[in-house]
Order: sequence, then C-alpha cells, then structure tokens
Amino acid sequence: MKDGVNGVALGVFVFFFLAVTVMGFLAARWRKADNEHSLDEWGLGGRSFGTWVTWFLLGGDLYTAYTFVAVPAAIYAAGAAGFFAVPYTILVYPLIFTFLPRLWSVSHKHGYVTTSDFVRGRFGSKGLSFAVALTGILATMPYIALQLVGIQAVLDVMGVGGSDGTNWFVKDLPLLIAFGVLAAYTYSSGLRAPALIAFVKDGLIYLVIAVAIIYIPIKLGGFDDIFAKAGHAFAQTNPATGKPRGTLAPAEPAQWTYATLALGSALALFMYPHSITATLSSKSRDVIRRNTTILPLYSLMLGLLALLGFMAIAAGVKVTNGQLAIPQLFENMFPDWFAGVAFAAIGIGALVPAAIMSIAAANLFTRNIYRDFIKPDATPKQEAQVSKLVSLLVKVGALVFVLTMDKTVAINFQLLGGIWILQTFPSLVGGLFTRWFHRWALLAGWAVGMVYGTVAAYGVASPTQKHFGGSAKEIPGIGEIGYIGLTAFVMNVVVTVVLTFALKALKAPEGVDETSPEDYTADAGDPDVQVELPPAVAGSAH
Amino acid sequence: MSDASDVTKAAVVTPVRVVIAICLIAPFVAMLWVGSYAKTDPVFIGIPFFYWYQMLWVLISTALTVTAYQLWERDQRARKARSTTGGAQR
Repeated sequence: MKDGVNGVALGVFVFFFLAVTVMGFLAARWRKADNEHSLDEWGLGGRSFGTWVTWFLLGGDLYTAYTFVAVPAAIYAAGAAGFFAVPYTILVYPLIFTFLPRLWSVSHKHGYVTTSDFVRGRFGSKGLSFAVALTGILATMPYIALQLVGIQAVLDVMGVGGSDGTNWFVKDLPLLIAFGVLAAYTYSSGLRAPALIAFVKDGLIYLVIAVAIIYIPIKLGGFDDIFAKAGHAFAQTNPATGKPRGTLAPAEPAQWTYATLALGSALALFMYPHSITATLSSKSRDVIRRNTTILPLYSLMLGLLALLGFMAIAAGVKVTNGQLAIPQLFENMFPDWFAGVAFAAIGIGALVPAAIMSIAAANLFTRNIYRDFIKPDATPKQEAQVSKLVSLLVKVGALVFVLTMDKTVAINFQLLGGIWILQTFPSLVGGLFTRWFHRWALLAGWAVGMVYGTVAAYGVASPTQKHFGGSAKEIPGIGEIGYIGLTAFVMNVVVTVVLTFALKALKAPEGVDETSPEDYTADAGDPDVQVELPPAVAGSAH
Repeated sequence: MSDASDVTKAAVVTPVRVVIAICLIAPFVAMLWVGSYAKTDPVFIGIPFFYWYQMLWVLISTALTVTAYQLWERDQRARKARSTTGGAQR
C-alpha cells in the first residue's frame, strides 16, 4: 500500500461527490407532483418512473458498492466459487419476469407501498404482514452498514481515515461527512435523489469497468498470463486450511454449493424491500417486463468485474483484507486521476443503494408497524413524516453499527439477512399466484425457516471464524454441501404445505382477501387502476 | 361478465405459452447443471471455459427473455382482440 494521501485521486473523488450532492438536493424538484407530502411521493417517487429511469434505479440499487468490492474479493480469495454471482444474476430475470408484474398490478390497484402491505391485504393477517416487515427491516439494516464498509475501503486505499494511529474522530470524519450528506438529501428528496444520482453512478461504473477490462489485461500481458498466474497462486497450499487456496473451475463437491447459492440468492434478491421499492416506483406494468430484458446488461458487467479478482492476483496485489483487493488494484494500475474516478464510482455506488434501502426500511416501518399497530388513522402526510424520520434513524443505526463493531459483524448479519429474507418468498410469491396457502401455515413455515437458517449459519466454522464462517452447510438428508438459505426455504415450504392441509381440514378461519383475480393483471391506463374501487363496482364494469 | 368468462374459457396452455415457458426455464437448467461447465478448456482469448461460458449465458438468457417478452405481448394482444370482437358480435 502506498503511504500518505493520494491527493489527485482524492481531489477527483471529492469533485464527483460534490456533484452528486448537488444533484441529490435538486432532485426534489425533478418531476415534482402537486401532492408532495405523501408516502407515494417521497417513498416511491410518485410511482412515475419510465423504463430507463427504472433501469438505472434498479441497477443502482441491486449492484451496490459492496457487490463491486465483495464479488472480485471472493474471486481473489478462492477463485471459481466466487463467480456464482453471475449465474445468480442470470436466474433473477426470468424469475421476476413471471411474478413482479403481478405484484406491480395488485399494488397499484390497492395502493400498496410495501410487500407487507400486499401480504396483509391478500391474507387478512396483520401477524403475517408484521413478520414480513420485520424480516425486511432486519435484512436491510446490515446491508446498509455494508455500504459504509464499501466507502471505508475506498477511503482507506486513498489514504484518508485509514491508519490506526490517528484519533477516532479524524479517522471517521470522512465517513461521517459522506453519510451526513446522504441522510440530508434522502430526507429532503426521497426516492428521487437516488434515482437521479444512479445515472452518474452507473455511468461511472460502466466507464471504469470498460477501461479496466481493456487497460489492465494489456498491462498484465493478456488473459493467458493472468489466468496462468492465478492458477499458480490457487494451487499454493493455504496454511490456514492445509488445502489449495482455490480453483479455476469448481470441483465435483463444490458444484452443489455453487448451484444452490446461485438459485437461493436469485430467489431472495427480489424479496429485499429495496428491490421492491424500485420496482413499484415504475409507472407501468410493461416497464417492469421490459426491464427484465435490459437489466442483464448489469450481469455482464458483474462478470467482467469478477474477472478483476484474477487480475488483482496476477498484478501481485497483496492485501490481508480481501475487501481492499480491487481498490488497491485500481490504485496500483491506473494513473492517479483515473483511480479517483474509479473510487468515486464505488463511493457513489454505495450512496444510491444506501438511500433506497433506508427508504424501503422506513416505508416498511411506517406502513406495517406504525400504521398497523400504533396509529391506524395516520394521514398520508403523517406517514411521509414518520418515514422520513425513520430513514434517518435507520442510517444512524447503520453508522453506529459500522463504527462501533467489527466489520465481520456486518458481513455476518448480511449473510443471515439473505437467509432470512428468502423465508418471505412463500408468503409473497405464493400469495401472488394462489390463495391456497393458509396464513397461519405461512407464518409457521416462516418461523421454521428463520430458526433453522439462523442456527445453521451460527454453526458454520471457518479457519478464521468460529461462527458464521460461511453460508453453506451439509443439506440434511442429501449430504451435499448447499446454501443454508435454500435448505431453510425448502423446509419452510414443506411446513407451510403440510400445515395448510391440516388447517383446512380443521376449518381454521382463512382471513379476508381484499384482492380479486383481475387485480393481478391490471395495467396503467385501465380505468380503475390507482383508484380504490370496491370489488362489486370493479366487477360490474364488465 | 360474459367477456371475462370468454377469456378464461380460451385454452390456458397453448403452443406459444409452452415456448414462453421453455424460454424462461432454460437458463435454470443450464446454470444449475454446474457439472456441464465446470472445466477450464476450451479457453477463449485466454479466459477458461467456466468463465466465458457463463458470461455467454448472460447473452443467451437475455435473448430468451426478450423472446418470451415479445411472444407474451403478442399473446396478450391476440387475446384482447379475440375477447373484444367476441363481445361485439354478441
């Protein structure tokens, strides 16, 4: 690592940071509506975004700074196993093609802002909706904290706030400033701020990747050399485990892990509240389907990005903390000014998702805890106000988390978050297609999945950690090593199905379903969309 | 209500819809069958098979999703047209 502050890189970084800050505050005026003090406006950008804005917003939201740092870091550490992020993002799009348009339609018809809103409406169960909301908030908080870890990694490599010698306040000041600014414009502009900033973020990211994927291999003597060196490095024995460090293609036993991680992660991605927030902010059903056909562009970028992990090895980057591998590679390879651009891309890449995640968590709290349990007669203006405050609290919480605890805690919780959020799949996606499941069975299945997933993850040891050492474990009954989240999900579904049969036989009360079948296919422009009509009126319109 | 029941009476499983389903399911089969691509040869511009094959599948699955999208649009338009003309004749 170079000593001291990299002045040029820092200057470029600060320039871009200031530019997006100005954009963030101006965003409040972008496509401003008359009725600005409501949750639809603040938390969903007035549900007005077209194909391209949604594309940038979703891309900015799903491909976070942590992704940019962690995916190549995983490749850098172990090779092939880290590449599962690519099949994972390939599988996401055919999957959401089938269910997201239905969620969009029913949400527009009934004014749902969160997934829990839908679950409550569909199953008539505040308990189930509370479980979904709580899972969403718990899974999102550490994710926000990880965005801070991403910014920290960049600041470290630039030489600001990194060294342990300085006092804590000076050390953390850059991070505090970055987050203070983020909190301020999210508060004032809502979802419009990250939507606008996402343009800059993705533009920078694509630029950096395009340059990196051409420039670095030329400097390193081509992909042949890169992979030869990486293969050599992976063959070395890791002193901690006594096994080779990694492989260039997964061996037989690792293939189950690879496939289950890809599938489980793909199923989980659109259960996260922030992905749903970005989806519901689009203006029509078609925008979503069209987006599933252009979003894979990001998967391609992710694949190229992952290859940077091999380049870091070939370039001889030696870091003890794998998270620093890619920022360090940029610092070593690029001229200072372009390293600054690359760091700005990662830094801004943290701000966009952090903003959307805090908005999504705040919406969940407001709609499904505050309104359902504390103040049922809250006005739209009060809802928006509570959401704004909670979004601040969520961010402060994440900041405290990162500053007071070890980074591995945030990573452990994020791993757990992925396992947890997958347990809401049966209630949400199941509910979108059928009302067959019983609400109590869904709740029991969710609880079983949560408990199994947490206990199993706690029990995974790695050479460096006694608990939460990884996300894969032996699948009971099969004996292969698979993703814990997916195993928990299968248990969840089995329990749900069995109990649904039992509860139906016992004639347990089903709860009221406020949706009707045609709600799930409604589109913008249909006469009754966005206006709440009683089912009888909607039916007689035919 | 007669229009709505006409729509539901039209066959749910049609050849077009089967094709749509295949387009959407194919990436799952290809990607989850890790054994089919867990090898380093043949190498393409220096990149081992394992990596370029999966990145190629990003493009293939995109093409498949686009196909599914267009077939679905056509299917929906045809259905809508059928149900409105059916209603007008009544």
